[in-house]
Amino acid sequence: MDQFLAFTVVGLSTAAIYAVIGSGLVLTHTTAGVFNFAHGAAGMLAAFSYWQLAVGWEWPVPLALATVLLVLAPAFGLFVERVLMRPVQALGEAERLVMTVALLTGCIALARWVWDPNTARPLAPFFADRSAIRLGPASMTWHQAVTMAVAVAVAAALWFLLHRTRAGTEMRASVDDRALAGLTGADPLRAGRLAWTLGIQLAAVGGILIAPTVALDAQQLSLLIVSAYTAAVFGRLRSLPLTFLGAVVVGLLEAYLAGYLPRNDFLPGLRLAAPALLLLLALLAFPHRRLRGRDRRLVRVPLPTARGSLVFAGSVVLLAVVLVTVLTEDAIISYGAVFSLGVIALSFVPLAGFTGQISLCQLSIAGIGAVVWGHLGAHGELWALPVAVLIAAGVGALVALPALRLSGVYLALGTAAFAVILDRWVFTLPAFDVFGVRVTLFDQGSVPVTGPDLFGWHLTSPTQLLLLAAVLLALASLAVAALRRGRIGRRLIALRDSEAAFATLGGRLLGAKVAVFALSAGLAGLGGALYGMQLQTVTAEQFNLVAGLPIFLIAVIGGLGAVGTGLFAGLAFVVPTQLFAELGSWAHDLSTLLIALAGMGLAHSPAGVAPRMHAEWAKLARDRTLFRALLGVLALCWLLAATNAVNGGLALVAALVAALSLNARASARRQPAPDIPVEWWGLRRPWKPEDGEVLSRATAAS
Amino acid sequence: MGAIGGPLLELSGVRAAYDGITVLHGVDLTVDAGQVVALLGPNGAGKTTTLNVAAGVHPPSAGRLNLGGRDVSGARAGDLARSGVCLIPEGRGVFPNLSVRDNLWMMTFTGRTREEIEDAAYARFPVLGDRRTQAAGTLSGGEQQMLALARGLTTDPAVLLLDELSMGLAPLVVADLYERVADIAREGVAVLIVEQFAAAVLKIADHAAVLARGRIPWQGPPDRSLHAELSSYYLGSAP
Ligand SMILES: Nc1ncnc2c1ncn2[C@@H]1O[C@H](COP(=O)(O)OP(=O)(O)OP(=O)(O)O)[C@@H](O)[C@H]1O
Ligand SMILES: [Mg+2]
Repeated sequence: MDQFLAFTVVGLSTAAIYAVIGSGLVLTHTTAGVFNFAHGAAGMLAAFSYWQLAVGWEWPVPLALATVLLVLAPAFGLFVERVLMRPVQALGEAERLVMTVALLTGCIALARWVWDPNTARPLAPFFADRSAIRLGPASMTWHQAVTMAVAVAVAAALWFLLHRTRAGTEMRASVDDRALAGLTGADPLRAGRLAWTLGIQLAAVGGILIAPTVALDAQQLSLLIVSAYTAAVFGRLRSLPLTFLGAVVVGLLEAYLAGYLPRNDFLPGLRLAAPALLLLLALLAFPHRRLRGRDRRLVRVPLPTARGSLVFAGSVVLLAVVLVTVLTEDAIISYGAVFSLGVIALSFVPLAGFTGQISLCQLSIAGIGAVVWGHLGAHGELWALPVAVLIAAGVGALVALPALRLSGVYLALGTAAFAVILDRWVFTLPAFDVFGVRVTLFDQGSVPVTGPDLFGWHLTSPTQLLLLAAVLLALASLAVAALRRGRIGRRLIALRDSEAAFATLGGRLLGAKVAVFALSAGLAGLGGALYGMQLQTVTAEQFNLVAGLPIFLIAVIGGLGAVGTGLFAGLAFVVPTQLFAELGSWAHDLSTLLIALAGMGLAHSPAGVAPRMHAEWAKLARDRTLFRALLGVLALCWLLAATNAVNGGLALVAALVAALSLNARASARRQPAPDIPVEWWGLRRPWKPEDGEVLSRATAAS
Repeated sequence: MGAIGGPLLELSGVRAAYDGITVLHGVDLTVDAGQVVALLGPNGAGKTTTLNVAAGVHPPSAGRLNLGGRDVSGARAGDLARSGVCLIPEGRGVFPNLSVRDNLWMMTFTGRTREEIEDAAYARFPVLGDRRTQAAGTLSGGEQQMLALARGLTTDPAVLLLDELSMGLAPLVVADLYERVADIAREGVAVLIVEQFAAAVLKIADHAAVLARGRIPWQGPPDRSLHAELSSYYLGSAP
């Protein structure tokens, strides 16, 4: 009984922290319209800053607290509102979500970069020198008491703000319909600033309170929030009292699990994964949708031509050939990942781009593909590759079932929870039996992976593996492009635009969703297997949630709807990492930070970089003479580099300069186009998709 | 019926464009205090755009906007709202996730207290009183329009701009809503109503203007000649 009371006290004090963090989430969601994935990361940064001031620079505690809570946190909140959120305000829920994912990635990378993760940073609890308060048989530390008091105060104050003040109502109204809020004399900008300042301050309070009870680790602290997310989902992201209740449930559950769960090889992971499991359950049990206001905009999905996709697939293979002939053996090993990660990134295209289902667990599914191939294809048995793809696809179909009930932010949250469950529990399991079949995953260590046997050749050298990955990326891109052009692609886009409309047109929602999840998971599994072959051994950490976020971000930057995103993502992920790697190990976080920063530039081209590049270079490809000239120059540069006549870097620069100048000429040549009289459009120059609209506007206006 | 005061809302030579494509080519329109003006025209004529310009939601690319003789071209929507311009936008002009009470609370910006506003709104629309804690997005279409119209009633506007109030509503409800609008106008408010289906609104209108392809080719009293004009513009036989 005493033990039970002790666990209860511990549970309630963690619950208090979850309540503070969860109410912060509810606040930003109801007043800024954003589910802030980076909420925990903001708290983490606050905890690190507090450590730096109070311990690192030995400032007095009250001064350090005041600086973090009253200066740094509001400043950060205003920064987030001004630089990140305001530009994407007009876009949509998905874009705002991506911004917070970028922020999460950026915060973790920044913290690791500034505060070396290998040093321990102990943080003393508040009032550590006072003796504990006795409560009958149990006792409570002052830190725990303070935490609970803060939680109650925060909840009461927030509830009052949101429901009993006009400023709070104004904030909620601005989320619903900014334009309409403007018509009622409200200032949506001021509402947004207030929302973010308060939200980040609450995150900071939570971070500082929780940091002394766990290790000060960037990734750990940022994801600890999963439990707070669960609490907020209990409150359907809007009710503060229910969020509080959720926090108590989660806090107590964690404490009792820690205390009473028997200790064996299978269960410690379950304890770590429990918050994520609970989150998944809460998401399913409390489905929630905002009533839609009037503003909702969708990005167009580009339509690739058959010829264009063939040219693209050809260029992928050509690029691979160029790479293997120009690069050194070591470089080939690192650049091989361009194509395998490209396949993983391509898996976002049918799922998120066409169908609008945001999944954050693609890399985890790729991990499944990698281990399955690693075990079954241990000697390169080719049949194991399709099996790995199928198993990954099966896992994807499994994810699709809960996904039926979720959409938008909630689906992203659910898939993130799934990824955490895999990371913390499933991937850490020792080998086990299911219905007599022995299942081995990462086997609590690393798994060796080899290349496949193809027509009697055992592909093992980096060159062969790179070419294999490139060919498969080219084929996968062709397949995805064909999917987009065909009837199925159009139906998927209809599903994205409106599930209700899709169903009334006779579409089967369940079938379509399961199929597209399975398809993209299969692609991810294939990519994972290829990636594993290139890595030679794989561990669970290489496929965890946090590792997957930058790939998701790059795919978004590339443009989720564009087939070229696969290659783009591979290049954009691998090339900077390799360039920075030469600077030293500290630069790894720097490249992640850059990716996060690039993600924050999303507002400048919401449809993605790949379609924009396509538009910019298409003119050159259509101009026969200039295009031949380009091919000639590129071939020359390649020859010079391959025969080591000139330095590879020099050849690359020369090729780039030539390509850019030719492209500049091509766009200059095409300038006179607008002078062609209207009646000759489509005859003297190709008919452009926007022409119809221009004409109808012009006739309406005349 | 008839005008009580001088011109209150005045658009002169207003042009407006989206992404460089001009959709209003010089619109001149005057609404006097206490007058109800119906702005009619086919789809895509630019009616919504005209109202948005008048409410400061969309900036005009040329032309002037006068409010009670004062030049307010280029003023922001919030400022115009505070000086008495009330736009009830196309579609449901309510905050769907806010309760009816909280929606009404958002109408306090002109200085009336929350209680006054609630009393006034529930007196005119008793249904709203029965549903005060319900989220506005879950009200029926007619109830949502009542809630939206309550803003026109309770904020004491000088100018009321209504965009397709009748959209998706039963004729009986529409007739009822327009009776309320006529009441508002009798208190000296300048009312500009945009409609597709002229019948209901012409019962209360003092003046009508036809907008087609971004211009006003005809305006005058709402009588027989208007019907002839309208059918020619809707059927496309006009020059
Ligand atoms: N946000 C916008 N961006 C681009 N073009 C727009 C936008 N809003 C309206 N337009 C165009 O401006 C023109 C006038 O639109 P407006 O909404 O004012 O018409 P309307 O008369 O209200 O039509 P309806 O009766 O169908 O509501 C249309 O051709 C429309 O396509
Ligand atoms: Mg309209």
